[in-house]
Amino acid sequence: MIEVRDLKKTYHVGDVDVHALRGVNLSVERGEFVCVVGPSGSGKSTLFHILGGLTPPTSGEIHIEGHDLLKMSDRERTDLRKKTVGFVFQKYNLLPTLTAEENIEIARDIAGRPARDEHFDEILNLLGIAGRLHHKPRALSGGEQQRVAIARAIVNRPAILLADEPTGNLDSENSQIVLDLLRRLNHQFHQTILMITHDPDAAAYGDRIVKMRDGRVTE
Amino acid sequence: MTLILTLVGVSYGIVNDTASRTRGTGADLMVRPPDSSVIGFSGNMPEKLTDVVRALPHVALATGVLQQPIGSINTITGINLAEFDRMSGGFEFIHGGPFQQPNDLIVDNVFAEAKHLHVGSTFDYGRPWRVCGIVETGKLSRTFAERGYLQELYSADGKITTIFVKVDKPADIALVQSEIEQKLPTYKIYSMEEYLSLFSVNNIPEVQAFTKIVIGIGLVIGFLVVFLSMYTAVLERTRDIGILKALGAGPGYIVNMLMRETLWLSAFGTIFGILLSFAAHALLLAFMPTYPNQIVYSWWAPAALLAIVGSLIGALYPGIKAARQDPIEALSYD
Repeated sequence: MIEVRDLKKTYHVGDVDVHALRGVNLSVERGEFVCVVGPSGSGKSTLFHILGGLTPPTSGEIHIEGHDLLKMSDRERTDLRKKTVGFVFQKYNLLPTLTAEENIEIARDIAGRPARDEHFDEILNLLGIAGRLHHKPRALSGGEQQRVAIARAIVNRPAILLADEPTGNLDSENSQIVLDLLRRLNHQFHQTILMITHDPDAAAYGDRIVKMRDGRVTE
Repeated sequence: MTLILTLVGVSYGIVNDTASRTRGTGADLMVRPPDSSVIGFSGNMPEKLTDVVRALPHVALATGVLQQPIGSINTITGINLAEFDRMSGGFEFIHGGPFQQPNDLIVDNVFAEAKHLHVGSTFDYGRPWRVCGIVETGKLSRTFAERGYLQELYSADGKITTIFVKVDKPADIALVQSEIEQKLPTYKIYSMEEYLSLFSVNNIPEVQAFTKIVIGIGLVIGFLVVFLSMYTAVLERTRDIGILKALGAGPGYIVNMLMRETLWLSAFGTIFGILLSFAAHALLLAFMPTYPNQIVYSWWAPAALLAIVGSLIGALYPGIKAARQDPIEALSYD
């Protein structure tokens, strides 16, 4: 499903080149729940951004669902985000002016799909947010906001769910709820998940842990 | 929007009010000096031409008036009261009566109300004047003085600006017009209908130019307001736009979304602008009654179109800028 070979990413900050990824190799099978751990600056987020098509790699090979990301244009990467990848962020990143329902529906709208279908309702039931749909994000708890964000990420049935520190802003109770949900999604829908985390307990929810340091996968 | 509608309303109001009051003279024809324009009362001509016109067949009445500018845009109209009364059907005095002494002024009720005047008031209108009578508005001018005194006062002895002519019967208007044209070939002879048709906003170059300038200023202001508003809105929503991009929204989706928002905002703004123009209309009538303004319904659609198109153009650059934002930078924006 995901094949990464010798992936490098260099940022140019002024006159300085910052080597965020220095040759990452990674394989993820369909339906796997992989946790990526590592200290700050290890390149986890950069890997996450490249896999999500938010930024192009500098060199290497990266294939997602058979698509070669290195050869993708901006438009093709936009299409990748629309159809193949779903994001869950640490800060939830819900649109503050929309209700929970509208936040989920907008993902459908962007993908050019009808606002509601059976899958939509199934997700709402699974995530336990059906009763909170008409509330704006400011009226939701952190855990509820993150569940809405997960619903938004998977409502278009993406091949891969990328979660960047999804429990980073949550207390332990809500963290467990969110992690349980991710595991259920993985088991029930065979959703492929890549989760970045600092938390060893959270990492234990995955099928496999990938460790990163200094822009490389160490084990 | 309000600026355009209000200033257009003032233009139309003044022009139409002046036209209406000109019709109130009761004249069928007007004789104007060769170098005169439709708007204003530029140029003058000898008073004795009134006798030449009066002597023509089928002319029932002819009276010369002197429109004397006072200050920048005000005028006093010098009349022969007896002649003017016969032609116009006579003033309807609300208070007071005809001229009693040379510096007497007859004013209409609109002017009296605006200047807080009553019969016996003296006030400075270029020179000291005493109000001798307050009449119903609608007959040529707002302020009337005795013609001979006004001519003497402003060194315009024997000069008038317009001769108003009443003919025996309407069927003779064209014939009399033709006769006057033969007698006074270089002078401008208008039938009242012809004059009033010329006395429209579209036939007065100065008003047209004024309207265009006002529209131009309105558009520039509207464009800048929308541009800055949208620019600020895009800046404030940087993170939201980053979220949309992360969800797979392309540049077209984001520009389209911002344009739709602008369209709604400008549509509401247009409705609000129209409502505000009613408020401006009422305020102007209350505080500047001598400069009538009107609600010009025919300008709603063009002004709305200009406002909405101007808004969309103003939002285009911020929209494109938003669409080009780097999603990672946008997502990290606080």
